[in-house]
Amino acid sequence: MKPVVHLSAAVALLGRFPALAGIDLDVARGEIVLLRGPNGAGKTTLLRACAGLVPVVRGEAVVLGRDLRRHPRAIRRRVGLLGHVTGLHDDLTVGENVRFWGRAARTEPADVEAALALTGLDGRLRDVPVAELSAGQRRRTSLACLLARRPELWLLDEPHAGLDAGARDQLDALVVQAVGQGATVLMASHELDRAQALAHRVVDLVAGRTITPGATGAGADVGGADADRVDVEPADVGGADVSAAADRAPDLAGAPVPGAEPVPVPPVEPVPPAGRPGTEGAPSPASVATPDVEASPAAPGAEVSPVAAPGVEPSHVA
Amino acid sequence: MWRDAVLVARRDLRIELRSRVAISQVGPFAVLVLMLFAFALDPDRGVLDRATAGLYWVAVLFSGLLALGRSAAIDEADGVREGLRMSGLEPGGVFLGKAAAVAAQLLALEVLLGAGVVVLYDAEPAGPLLLVATCLAATAAVAGAGTLYGALVAGLRVRETMLPLLLLPALAPVLIGATRAFEAALDGVPADGWPWCGLLAAFAVLYSVAGALAYGALLEGQ
Repeated sequence: MKPVVHLSAAVALLGRFPALAGIDLDVARGEIVLLRGPNGAGKTTLLRACAGLVPVVRGEAVVLGRDLRRHPRAIRRRVGLLGHVTGLHDDLTVGENVRFWGRAARTEPADVEAALALTGLDGRLRDVPVAELSAGQRRRTSLACLLARRPELWLLDEPHAGLDAGARDQLDALVVQAVGQGATVLMASHELDRAQALAHRVVDLVAGRTITPGATGAGADVGGADADRVDVEPADVGGADVSAAADRAPDLAGAPVPGAEPVPVPPVEPVPPAGRPGTEGAPSPASVATPDVEASPAAPGAEVSPVAAPGVEPSHVA
Repeated sequence: MWRDAVLVARRDLRIELRSRVAISQVGPFAVLVLMLFAFALDPDRGVLDRATAGLYWVAVLFSGLLALGRSAAIDEADGVREGLRMSGLEPGGVFLGKAAAVAAQLLALEVLLGAGVVVLYDAEPAGPLLLVATCLAATAAVAGAGTLYGALVAGLRVRETMLPLLLLPALAPVLIGATRAFEAALDGVPADGWPWCGLLAAFAVLYSVAGALAYGALLEGQ
């Protein structure tokens, strides 16, 4: 079965800086994959690249069976991104915002209603202008917009940020249930306890690259975001030197920090089976409401470290 | 594409109605501009009479700049532009929808200013067909060009000041054409105004087509 996300030696630039410096990643349908790494590691850029918002300039990038470099717009229709920004109109109500983005994605009115209900926004809040909402309520509204779009691939960037405990539990349940209906989730989070419990596997990122098992110590305990930044001269961009710079990046990032103690990842309980590999199409919010949890997908890919994999102790910088 | 245009136009108009900026700020500003012209030229009523058409369209353009700035700002809010890129909406449809919403506001503004020149300038409308056709064509041209240039300057920190600097020179032919057509209508010789109206229609088509084609690239380029 073809992976939902397939990146091979993918390079993406932010200005002159290779924010993704040769990423290798495969995500199977029905998986929940957690991206983990220090600030500046490229987690957000990777999510935005998968959404077609940051161009991949080199390497192989296939998302939902389409070449990301050639068909970014076609892919975006099938992808939902919950990022740092809300994408909401302050002067419109919660219901109007969700309806607009749902209709833009050509989903049915019933899907919009289901999305509002699933996020608990179908009551009084539905008619409240977004400008009057708290940060957490705005986040829930953004989540409702994502649900209304019925994406096949969920890209969640710090999804728990700004949410209270109840809303976090609700989000986790929605993710698990959506995956049970065939969706795939790629998320980045610094709230590792919660996110690791949700994820089927964890991918460590440092300096815009994935870390192979056994080499995770290289990415551990990076002494600050700047340690993993490698500037590339303009002449290097697009040429072979980008790879050279990328090759140097992990070494720089992985340099041991004097006096720093490794931070072991706490043991993680096995994640309940949630995936349904082989399911085609996006889950309907209405159907998401009904738990449909079946088998868990296998965790393919040799470049990643499975959650709580024995012998691998990926540490992190929170 | 048309479905997307209707969706975006309804969104923009709903936001404008909800914010009440058009009613509480743009409209009063337009009337204020007319009044200031009247005060400045009142000592010589002959000049005011002869300049009515030009003053009317200058007031429309200045007030329209506020509406155009508002329209561009809608998509600059908290990740909305990124949402549009992710939405699957046809960029051409987004452009036409935004231009249509601006055009609706401009038409309302022109009706208000039309009443203003009758009251303040003692203008006597003649050639109503030419007046209406000129308003429609000029409005489409201003809305199309304004929406296109609004997307062009989006993302710039100085977009509020850059938009008029870029847009007003581009709209100079529209101002000239609309003024000449209105003068012909007010002078009672509408036949002289129709060629100018045709020129306005050509500009409207040009800007609308260019905007619909270029909007996707502009959206991606931010």
